[in-house]
Amino acid sequence: MNKLVNSIREAIVLSGLKDGMTVSFHHHLRNGDYVLNMVMEEISNLGIKDLTVNASSLFDVHTPLITHIENNVVTGVGADYISANLGRAFSKGILARPIEFRTHGGRPSDIASGKTPIDVAFIAAPTADAMGNCSGKYGKSACGSLGYAYADAMFAKKTVVITDNLVPYPMQDWSISEDYIDYVVSVDAIGDPKGIVSGTTRITRDPVGLVMASHAAKVIEASGLLKDGFSFQTGAGGASLAAAKFLKDIMLQKGIVGSFGLGGITGYMVDMLKAGCFRNLMDVQCFDLTAVESIKSDPRHKEISAMQYASPNSKSAAVDSLDVVILGATEIDTDFNVNVHTDSNGYIMGGSGGHSDTAAGSKLSMIIAPMFRARLPIVTDRVTCISTPGKDIDVLVTQGGIAVNPKNKELKERLLKAKLPIIDISELKEKTEQITGKPQTLPKGDKVVAEVIGREGDVLDRIYNVL
Amino acid sequence: MRRSMLFLPGNNPNMLINGNCFGADAVIFDLEDAVSPQEKDAARILVRNTMRYMDFNGCEMIVRINSIDTDYWKKDLDSLLPEKPAIILLPKTCTPEDVLLADEYMTQVEGKCGIEKGTVGLMPLIETALGVENSYRIASCSNRVKALFLGAEDLTADLQCKRTKEGREIEYARTRLVVAARAAGVDVYDTPFTDVNDDAGIVEDAKTAKELGFTGKASISPRHVETINAVFSPTQAEIDYAYEVMGAITLAKQMGKGAISLHGKMIDAPIVARAERTISMAEALGLDRRDINE
Repeated sequence: MNKLVNSIREAIVLSGLKDGMTVSFHHHLRNGDYVLNMVMEEISNLGIKDLTVNASSLFDVHTPLITHIENNVVTGVGADYISANLGRAFSKGILARPIEFRTHGGRPSDIASGKTPIDVAFIAAPTADAMGNCSGKYGKSACGSLGYAYADAMFAKKTVVITDNLVPYPMQDWSISEDYIDYVVSVDAIGDPKGIVSGTTRITRDPVGLVMASHAAKVIEASGLLKDGFSFQTGAGGASLAAAKFLKDIMLQKGIVGSFGLGGITGYMVDMLKAGCFRNLMDVQCFDLTAVESIKSDPRHKEISAMQYASPNSKSAAVDSLDVVILGATEIDTDFNVNVHTDSNGYIMGGSGGHSDTAAGSKLSMIIAPMFRARLPIVTDRVTCISTPGKDIDVLVTQGGIAVNPKNKELKERLLKAKLPIIDISELKEKTEQITGKPQTLPKGDKVVAEVIGREGDVLDRIYNVL
Repeated sequence: MRRSMLFLPGNNPNMLINGNCFGADAVIFDLEDAVSPQEKDAARILVRNTMRYMDFNGCEMIVRINSIDTDYWKKDLDSLLPEKPAIILLPKTCTPEDVLLADEYMTQVEGKCGIEKGTVGLMPLIETALGVENSYRIASCSNRVKALFLGAEDLTADLQCKRTKEGREIEYARTRLVVAARAAGVDVYDTPFTDVNDDAGIVEDAKTAKELGFTGKASISPRHVETINAVFSPTQAEIDYAYEVMGAITLAKQMGKGAISLHGKMIDAPIVARAERTISMAEALGLDRRDINE
């Protein structure tokens, strides 16, 4: 059997891709990804039209997608996250059908169940052998975990591996195995390493960010969850990392050994693993070079699929064993609904990713956000878009105080006992508006440009075109 | 109570509007060194509006005006005194006459604004060799003087020595200022620790200041505030001991004794006075005596 074909074009032809089908991509190469653009260019050259692109995330590097939309090569998009420049174009309503936003757990769940079937999956693989065993840990384009690609490989009707580091069969330490792979293509480069992972992720030095991070660590300390076996997820943002630093100090001081760190993994989480704060890391995506090196060399640092990470229909998912998650927000309303899809002007600039999965699964979901960004208050009467429902959010940490969701009375009592600066969320909103003023309500268009689909499949909200 | 005093540049809106979030007991709106000459007027307006419209949640407001050898200090007072800061920080104070000059003008401005005379306090910033040598006279020359403040950066320049983290070059000035301030019955504040990235250094520097008798310490970085507050707050052991001392004294009175011992040591008036100060501070900070049943 020969799976190795000469070109992406040949693989597309052999896959049987036709008008109206769905193609899929993962986003582990992030803003350094060449593969989506290379594949879509060949698809366009072949004259195939009316495709749906189901990508775990889309970044600004994928801006050529706009041209394919304008040329009707692409007429539908599904993603868990869309970055700001691309989002701005989508917010103007260039797609006939609304974008389907899912969560990192909802996407593989719907792929697995057949709700969103994939005809051809294209897997960018930093290393692969000729039979399609592949990994993200090795090669010049190494990205670490390939967690988001597993469901695509396993459930697509045809799967194409595209690599720039073809090694003799069988490669060592593969992640996705040959039994799911139909074709393999070797190319010069699958991505730009500079855009794939950052050299280092840095803790914020912004004093306001540090105050929030300090509050966040104290909330976790006071929550009653910080004990041996503790599990934790945080993002790669400066304030989230600073919170992890403060938390690490507390854990080391108290001799607490956690069970696992979860999610997108940064060098800082690797430091916590090495320092003995956790027994394991469960890694669905590596954010920096330290994380890539660690997943390659440290057996305690395990690669997991998006299904194991967060799928609501897996027999179990790691988010359901998670104690604490620190999350961000572009807006949060007085019912604790959180927006991470749009900016305050209504333009798409993100997506849920694992936001609502971890918020739903964890025992304590915490939002860290400043009271205002530029002139705009973060706490509103109603968020521009509900990305994560307020029922799944426990606490908001800002520099001006900590607002606890009234549903979590026990947490509020614990934080009050710890003498943390608790404030009612409506009071926090008023306090912020005393500084910023109350922003005018934005008029929105009448065209739905995106639907936000919750992890259980329900439509949480609709995003309209920006006038 | 002022354990920590955080400098906020008077020309930085982001720092000013967030100034009440860092946990400092007092903020110092800086119109002097942080502000270039061409921005003095803008900073004055910005600080005035910040004081007028922002809620500082009980965080005390101090203004560092420009020194009396500049053309700015009177304008600073004209703009800011009506907002009733708790304290005016007077830089480069060298003699009692400097204090009295500022005091006199403050009285004039208070009169014009209908503010009771002496409402706004003065904190001379001692940052010259002459100022150090005159420190007791400076501290005791006016009722407006509430505290002395050591400024080590300008002082070491004046002393023609290098400013170091260890601070041996300011040992004399530190002890001299503490003695002068205590003799005059006012508080005394230590110079900021300027390496914002040295987390261990600030702990040591603040501990040194506390051991020498300083009331608190200033900071140019919000990152140092929590450390300073912690160092200048009574420890649980100190609080517990203070309550034990007061308990022993109460018992002595009930027994009609003039003196009593605790843990084999006689409790005398200075120990009682220290215990009272500790309890007063603990109460202000909401710190409780350890529950002996815990």
